[in-house]
Amino acid sequence: MSFVSVSNVWQKYGNRSILERVNVEIDEGEFISIVGASGCGKSTFLRMLLAQERPHKGEISIDGGVTAKEPNRERGVVFQKYSVFPHLSVRENLIAAESFDTAFGRLSGEKRKTAAERADAMLERIGLNHVADQYPASLSGGMQQRLAIGQAMTAKPRILLLDEPFGALDPGTRLQMHDFLLELRDETNMTVFMVTHDLQEGFKLGDRVLVFDKPRWDPHDPGMYGATITYDFDARDGGIPFQLKEDADVSA
Amino acid sequence: MRLINHIPGKPLAVLLAALPFIALFAAYSIGSDIRLDANPQDKLLPAPSTIAETAQRLFTEPDRRSKEILLWNDTFASLARLLGGVGISALLSLLIGLAIGLLPYARSAMSSFIAVVSMVPPLALLPILFIVFGLGETSKVVLIVIGITPFMTRDLAQRVLEIPQEQIVKAQTLGASSAVIALRVALPQVLPRLISNVRLSLGSAWLFLIAAEAVASNVGLGYRIFLVRRYLAMDVILTYVIWITFLAFLIDWLLKTLSRKAFPWMEAGL
Ligand SMILES: Nc1ncnc2c1ncn2[C@@H]1O[C@H](COP(=O)(O)OP(=O)(O)OP(=O)(O)O)[C@@H](O)[C@H]1O
Ligand SMILES: [Mg+2]
Repeated sequence: MSFVSVSNVWQKYGNRSILERVNVEIDEGEFISIVGASGCGKSTFLRMLLAQERPHKGEISIDGGVTAKEPNRERGVVFQKYSVFPHLSVRENLIAAESFDTAFGRLSGEKRKTAAERADAMLERIGLNHVADQYPASLSGGMQQRLAIGQAMTAKPRILLLDEPFGALDPGTRLQMHDFLLELRDETNMTVFMVTHDLQEGFKLGDRVLVFDKPRWDPHDPGMYGATITYDFDARDGGIPFQLKEDADVSA
Repeated sequence: MRLINHIPGKPLAVLLAALPFIALFAAYSIGSDIRLDANPQDKLLPAPSTIAETAQRLFTEPDRRSKEILLWNDTFASLARLLGGVGISALLSLLIGLAIGLLPYARSAMSSFIAVVSMVPPLALLPILFIVFGLGETSKVVLIVIGITPFMTRDLAQRVLEIPQEQIVKAQTLGASSAVIALRVALPQVLPRLISNVRLSLGSAWLFLIAAEAVASNVGLGYRIFLVRRYLAMDVILTYVIWITFLAFLIDWLLKTLSRKAFPWMEAGL
């Protein structure tokens, strides 16, 4: 039984189909890169995994559970921007990952102290301990995204969703973030979904690369058909197509 | 060089800032001089020195009958009404604004209502308030509340709606309940806006206060101005006007300072 199971998922807004017949099975610990043309529904797919919106049809299950109705601690997320809280200091942003789950959103006494210690350990880990008391607005884009990832990880989600997390960063910072993410992954074996526009990035970081595209196209009504997963590449061994590899395994 | 690129130096900027005040004072003094020359009994434009004397008398000498300094009594009465009204409005607008901004049900139920209510001219309601709440303090405070709450509420609700959806979703993925999102995500981010709303609304609040006091009261800055108008006591009126202006300026300055001290994260990006 796979860890994340997406079965026959459709999404439409009004009478515009965005996604149709999306099926995919993902094992625990896999890193899934998602690529596709702009506007084809990658973010929509991520929002459904996040349970920010529900599919028009179909099921999305994590570890055998039912389709979720709203976002919860099982799913962590990092967006391209606005992923951290501007009114909280860097350290408080990490503590929030523990305190927001309480009745008033605050921790006190011993609990707060241990949460702060864990936050400091995470700050060390993401290389932000020197700016612990600053506010996010004074950090660079790369630092903000590291904070956002650290914050999401602190909540210990079962799947981590990244929507173009490095889209707004310069190439150098992007490379640093790749190393950072790969290290973090080796340590935690987290299941990750990452939308990217950068194919190279997708293949470098991912175990699998899913390509979204429209298999059917109505020239008179572009909104008629939605996109689906048209390719599912194995990105581990230099990018041999997933299906081909499976075929090869079968014949061997 | 273009005009838009000419920037005054520090001393010149200070001088320029002082200029309109000096000009106004000079114009008044000249006007007053001309009128008093023609008729020493003229009451319309009392000499600045007369106003200064009157002001000193008003601020320090107790009333002969009541043995109390009326100006201070008026000030405390008016400030209590003003701050009471503005405080209640701030609290109400915060609660309703958060509800409208965060809860779709509250949004459906309230937002058109608030939009319509904010179109009602508050002063037209004044007679009704006097009838319903009597001539005491309540009707004056209620007038201020009715006058400024709808605007503040709409603005705060809008501000809450402008909080990036990403943050709201993020908070949910960290396990935050609706209450925690309201308390820990939305509230802190709209508080600076609340303060700037209060600053903007204070002008209207003074207007409503003085109007209500002018109509029915027996103490208060607005009451006093309209009382002495009967005797054409321009020196008293002008003292009160300057005093009210000073109070308004002081409150505004205090709020501005508070806002800067209390929300350091707002300026982190600058
Ligand atoms: N809430 C919504 N209501 C109506 N249409 C929407 C909504 N959200 C997205 N869409 C539409 O769905 C389509 C897919 O959007 P989506 O954001 O998923 O694309 P994307 O693949 O992430 O694109 P990009 O690469 O530019 O981020 C777009 O045409 C968009 O206009
Ligand atoms: Mg997108």
